[in-house]
Amino acid sequence: MANMDLKKTPMPTQEPLVRARNFSEVALGYTEEMALSEAERCLNCKNMPCVSGCPVNIHIPEFIAKVKEGDFEAAYQIIARSSSLPAVCGRVCPQESQCEAKCIRGIKGEPVGIGRLERFVADWHNEHFSGEVKKAEPNGHKVAVVGSGPAGLACAGDLAKRGYSVTVFEAFHAVGGVLIYGIPEFRLPKSIVAKEVETLKALGVEVQTNFVIGKTLDISELFEMGYEAIFIGSGAGLPRFMGIEGETLKGVYSANEFLTRNNLMKSYKNDSETPIMHAKKVAVIGGGNVAMDAARTALRLGAEKVYIVYRRSLDELPARREEVEHAMEEGVEFRLLTNPTKILGYRNPDDRRDPKNGFVTGMECIKMELGEPDASGRRSPTQIEGSQEILPVDEVIMAIGTSPNPLITSATAELETNRRGCIVADSKGQTSMEGVFAGGDAVTGAATVILAMGAGKTAAEAIDEYIKSK
Amino acid sequence: MFKILRKKVLSPAVTLMDIDAPFVAKKAEAGQFIILRVNDDGERIPLTISDFDREKGTVTIIFQIIGSSTAQLGALEEGEYISDFVGPLGRATETEGRKKVAVVGGGVGCAIALPVAKKLSQQGTEVHSIIGFRNKELVILEDEFKAVSKKTVLMTDDGSAGQQGLVTAALKALIDSGEEYDEVIAIGPLVMMKFVVATTRPYGIKTTVSMNPVMIDGTGMCGGCRLTVGGKMKFACVDGPDFDGFLVDFDEAMERNNMYHDFEHHKYEETCHLLHKEVQ
Repeated sequence: MANMDLKKTPMPTQEPLVRARNFSEVALGYTEEMALSEAERCLNCKNMPCVSGCPVNIHIPEFIAKVKEGDFEAAYQIIARSSSLPAVCGRVCPQESQCEAKCIRGIKGEPVGIGRLERFVADWHNEHFSGEVKKAEPNGHKVAVVGSGPAGLACAGDLAKRGYSVTVFEAFHAVGGVLIYGIPEFRLPKSIVAKEVETLKALGVEVQTNFVIGKTLDISELFEMGYEAIFIGSGAGLPRFMGIEGETLKGVYSANEFLTRNNLMKSYKNDSETPIMHAKKVAVIGGGNVAMDAARTALRLGAEKVYIVYRRSLDELPARREEVEHAMEEGVEFRLLTNPTKILGYRNPDDRRDPKNGFVTGMECIKMELGEPDASGRRSPTQIEGSQEILPVDEVIMAIGTSPNPLITSATAELETNRRGCIVADSKGQTSMEGVFAGGDAVTGAATVILAMGAGKTAAEAIDEYIKSK
Repeated sequence: MFKILRKKVLSPAVTLMDIDAPFVAKKAEAGQFIILRVNDDGERIPLTISDFDREKGTVTIIFQIIGSSTAQLGALEEGEYISDFVGPLGRATETEGRKKVAVVGGGVGCAIALPVAKKLSQQGTEVHSIIGFRNKELVILEDEFKAVSKKTVLMTDDGSAGQQGLVTAALKALIDSGEEYDEVIAIGPLVMMKFVVATTRPYGIKTTVSMNPVMIDGTGMCGGCRLTVGGKMKFACVDGPDFDGFLVDFDEAMERNNMYHDFEHHKYEETCHLLHKEVQ
């Protein structure tokens, strides 16, 4: 019996004011009853519009049909055919602009909670499945994957399933890329990433941590070592700053640094060897998912006041809607149409060696207004003269975007890049070098986990064709 | 896991270790650094490479015990392992075409200055080394410097070894005596490098300094190691660690380096306490 409720089955969450002070996961996940009820909202449309909204083309109505039957393992197997990281995507995909945006139920009422169902199915599998993962018959070919983020892991997983011997090279000491250094524990528990990585290892994927390609090894050396093709998924890791006065003051972080200290190095834990500032008043600059993550992390570290400072309005906020809502519920204050112009620091005029010197004391901001839409269709913000004000903060986190890391491209002259430093690759991931493929943020600039995964999958297919045609 | 093949205590506060890391050894050049983690909960510590042996596959690090993590590292023995060791990171020191160079090392910074002096000497550059320490007890690598330098001047703050005074005094004396250097390379505490630059600036001698700010990844990702060089923001890990000393904002770098002073002090006390307990 179809469930004709106009609203999604609500997702149970931790209470906002409780969760704003802990690092445990915010959304608690559906129970079996909730999943069954939400699955009944799917009309199993013949033309499957939702699938066309998914960057990796998961057979959505098919897996939801299995959920309706209560056969959760079968549902998982359907998702796993298309996605290497279901438990991750169910949590971090911007479903509202992808699969759920195309859902017929969304025309009148809310779309089917596809992301929530995906998460339920993946978690159910991780909890209940105890069988052996089936390794593919080895085909005798070796492929190297650079970077263990979503693009690299998706590519490695798909190649391993086709029988390739795959080695993933990771610069950090731990595997997962942005999934472990960037996205916080309360949104994506690291145990879930670890579990997904274990599944890939069971498929035969080998991981080498502490290898910086472009430094420890070059692309040419990987070929000499017998790898027949290389996939580069090195991400967009280089943080941007605004170029305003005061950005080298103590208490100014890039979101990358702030989040890496917390997520990868666990500096929020009392026994961590890695320090982090526990600020009282924090301003986070930017309006994307990373900005929301940083703001909510700052709250959990004990800040009394956290501001999101964003130069456009609420409608233009690029973050996933759920993250914005969660941040607001938790008490993050949004200073919209506001842009920083200067960061102010402490300076003791009588004592040059005062250890307090150089710590942030505030941030000067200016009000903005939105003008006419520009060539990109976005209304560009302009400053309102004379509207400066000082926001009293002791920490500023810059979450205004990242650029691709140049370590590999600067060590590999043959690898063509564009003006923004992104690796040039065609729609299949083929770069300017024979046998070298690339995908994810290294090619597109900062984007989403699922787009990177999609690029990794596409490249895996292209690599398979390339090696077979040799 | 990376094995400690050799450990040698150089002075009460400074220890040398050879680490089994063949991939790093194969690529390492003077001036580059590595990042290590002592154990699975460890902090990522950047250390400049002191030496390397491509055939044996070893990388030598020399470190001063200044905090919790270096204390834990110092407590390990030959045959034991550290969790992570990654590199070589950063750019190598440029040495090409120099005829005569003064290498100035201060304290444990001498451990990083030595491979630079060695490389210069191997390529036929005349090297004058000026090495400074607080006192005789802390002197390290004097013989190694002598082996690769035409002149070696040892300075101590209290005069208990070599001459009494600062490295800048010795450098100025050499310049004033008519030595013509293509370049001065200074590696040591920030305040020392700042004053080396103040010494060479009036003479207009190109001066290169090696910066070692706080960092996490060492690949350009965190931006924690940013410095102002010639009015522009630079990341020490990928743009450096060597920079034109005349352009570096040392006061800002010194301020940034004490950001976590309280935390580090607290952690160090804790670790010392734990290590002390283990010994008992």
